Amino acid sequence: MLPKQEVVAMLLAGGQGSRLGVLTKNLAKPAVPFGGKYRIIDFPLSNCVNSGIETVGVLTQYQPLELNEYIGSGQPWDLDSMNAGVHVLPPYQKSKKSDWYKGTANAIYQNIPFIERYNPDYVVVLSGDHIYKMDYSQMISYHKEKNAACTIAVYEVPMEEASRFGILNTNEDGSIYEFDEKPKAPKSNKASMGIYVFSWDKLKKYLTADDENPKSQNDFGKNVLPAMLEAGEKMFAYRFEGYWKDVGTIDSLWESNMDLLNPNIPLDLNDDGWKIYSRNPVMPPHYVAKGAKVQNSLVAEGCNVYGEIDFSVLFAGVYVAPGAVVKDSIVMPGARIEEGAVVQYAIVGENSVVGKNSVVGERPEAMENKDDWGVAVIGPGCTIAPSTIVPPKAMIDAEEVEK
Amino acid sequence: MRGNNVLGILFAYVHEERVRELTEKRVMASIPFGGRYRLVDFPLSNMVNSGINKVGVITEENYQSLMDHLGSGKAWDLSRKREGLYLLPPFGAETARTGEKISSLASIQRFLKNSYEEYVLLSDCDIVANIDLKDVFRFHTEKQADITVIYRHGASPDIDRNVVYTVDPEGFVRDMLIKRGSDADCNYGLGMCLVGREKLMELVDDCMSRNLYDFDRDLMQRHLRDLKVYGYESVETAYSINSFSSYFNANMALMDPKVRAQLFRADRPIYTKVRDDMPAKYGLGSLATNSIIADGCVIDGEVENCVLFRGVQVKKGAKLKNCVVMQDSVIGENTRLDYAVVDKNVEFGQNRAMQGHQNYPVYIAKGSKV
Repeated sequence: MLPKQEVVAMLLAGGQGSRLGVLTKNLAKPAVPFGGKYRIIDFPLSNCVNSGIETVGVLTQYQPLELNEYIGSGQPWDLDSMNAGVHVLPPYQKSKKSDWYKGTANAIYQNIPFIERYNPDYVVVLSGDHIYKMDYSQMISYHKEKNAACTIAVYEVPMEEASRFGILNTNEDGSIYEFDEKPKAPKSNKASMGIYVFSWDKLKKYLTADDENPKSQNDFGKNVLPAMLEAGEKMFAYRFEGYWKDVGTIDSLWESNMDLLNPNIPLDLNDDGWKIYSRNPVMPPHYVAKGAKVQNSLVAEGCNVYGEIDFSVLFAGVYVAPGAVVKDSIVMPGARIEEGAVVQYAIVGENSVVGKNSVVGERPEAMENKDDWGVAVIGPGCTIAPSTIVPPKAMIDAEEVEK
Repeated sequence: MRGNNVLGILFAYVHEERVRELTEKRVMASIPFGGRYRLVDFPLSNMVNSGINKVGVITEENYQSLMDHLGSGKAWDLSRKREGLYLLPPFGAETARTGEKISSLASIQRFLKNSYEEYVLLSDCDIVANIDLKDVFRFHTEKQADITVIYRHGASPDIDRNVVYTVDPEGFVRDMLIKRGSDADCNYGLGMCLVGREKLMELVDDCMSRNLYDFDRDLMQRHLRDLKVYGYESVETAYSINSFSSYFNANMALMDPKVRAQLFRADRPIYTKVRDDMPAKYGLGSLATNSIIADGCVIDGEVENCVLFRGVQVKKGAKLKNCVVMQDSVIGENTRLDYAVVDKNVEFGQNRAMQGHQNYPVYIAKGSKV
């Protein structure tokens, strides 16, 4: 038998992430590049390691190839230890009742045997689409202190935005008395972050009951948590302070990348005490040429910059030609911006080429109708012909470009 | 496919006296180079890229920084059950070393004997180059050579400290001159040679029993007549780090895209230890031109013709020109540096100024506070 692990983390990484459009067409959302050298999943994985959690199950279902390859043995995160480490858990065939993961709760339910191997006291459920640095061990201590069955991390959002979130209404001692999914008239501003700590015996009981209920959608937020509350289990909200962002949409992905350039936003990735680990590309340092202009930007290794960069994030191996301008944009690994091209308020996907003198995206102040404005997205592997205009909000798919 | 019939041996310490400043607290092999590398990364990556999967690194003293850098060899894919990376420090050696290559090789006799590879590739760590060693093995076996030395044709990088070969059109070495150079173009050695493992052990034994310790003179030159010594010409870009100014110039040469394309090829990458820094961050009003900048740098000042290693901070108003700044050094506000080599973990306060000259850059030692 494997040695006991007090805590096992389960990372939900199987969702399609359809709101990211072409970026997740052939890629699971947690594997989407972020912040110049990371992928989204680096954040929860690094948080686990930095919090002392050594056993992580990653539940995959949608387009898992690149994600599986990226996680590999888990060595970049120090998660390749002998008796614990990171394990990729796809749905699999059983002697009876085989199925895809039907919902977030069902994904965990199907992996009860994996969790039981470690005989844990607590299970942490995380999602693979949030950018934040959080010490889960503090949340687990809070959970123990309150002797709770379930603790949910909450983030205080501005009251006027509260109706867009799943809101938790709590008593003075932090215990939860009501879930309010996207309430029209919110009673509190405590939004659920999708980070849960469960006492394993309780979770197992409710997952089993949930599976036996044919009407259930097998979802944590919709079914399991309300069932626990109804049954009178002790559930607490754990307040998280610091930077947290759901990057499930093009706008929020873009914003969150831009937040890294803002010195007033508390997300320091250079903090030695809480590093975000990733699989590093083998490339030389980046080169900034004579005549180039780089300001307010992040530039990763392997880039060659000859043009002008402002308020942008360049991933590894990006080439920006002389006379090209990249502003307020994200350029993913291996992309090329050719001479005279202008890229503004845009996301350029991996290994795409923006041809000479093309214009991608538009500045919001240049738009007559602000409703037509949005971040332009060029999907991975697209080649944009010279002198093409790509309007704001456009989403270019490599396969359609070929046609 | 992985694996071939060659064992790699690196001499981590050779020629340290030529760059005293940089080797005071480290070995030759661990001198930082090119923004994120150490000199050892080049020969080690060349070996790994050509299929060598067993490498011994011979060290003498001061090798703590090298051990820290190499670790288990994971970054070079040399942390393996079968073979991999072996550090060969002086401790436990059966024969006392004299700091010469011959006695180093004699002291690792058992390591050589217990290896099963047919050939040994010996390399110094003072050459920055990306060389396809597979081609050298092919040449060596085709010629049925006893020893193959790797040379480059061109202007001698050093006037009086090279090994210079006379090579006939077949590649046979007719003559070799030690501690020589020439104003004219010549065939100068790159400190690398390929030799049969058993032949090497035999030659080392022979030298030891005659009290001869100079590799070039006693093992090679003395045997030119009775061994088949061939020369393999490498046409790749190579920088020999044989003086402080050549170190500086080799770093500066990286600004040339052609040089970078030859050294950092996608098909033969140069591996190094991973540090997990965030990408370089440029602030408002920063200005960088013609510079090599590694991850983890935070640049708020001006940088021109510089190589900045991982984690360097250039504060507001600071101006760096023609500088090499190593890991984690901090250049304070409004400080100006021109032609300087700043070692690791140096802190410059505000409003400091230092100026060297193109052929005499100033050196600021590791951990200094200015």
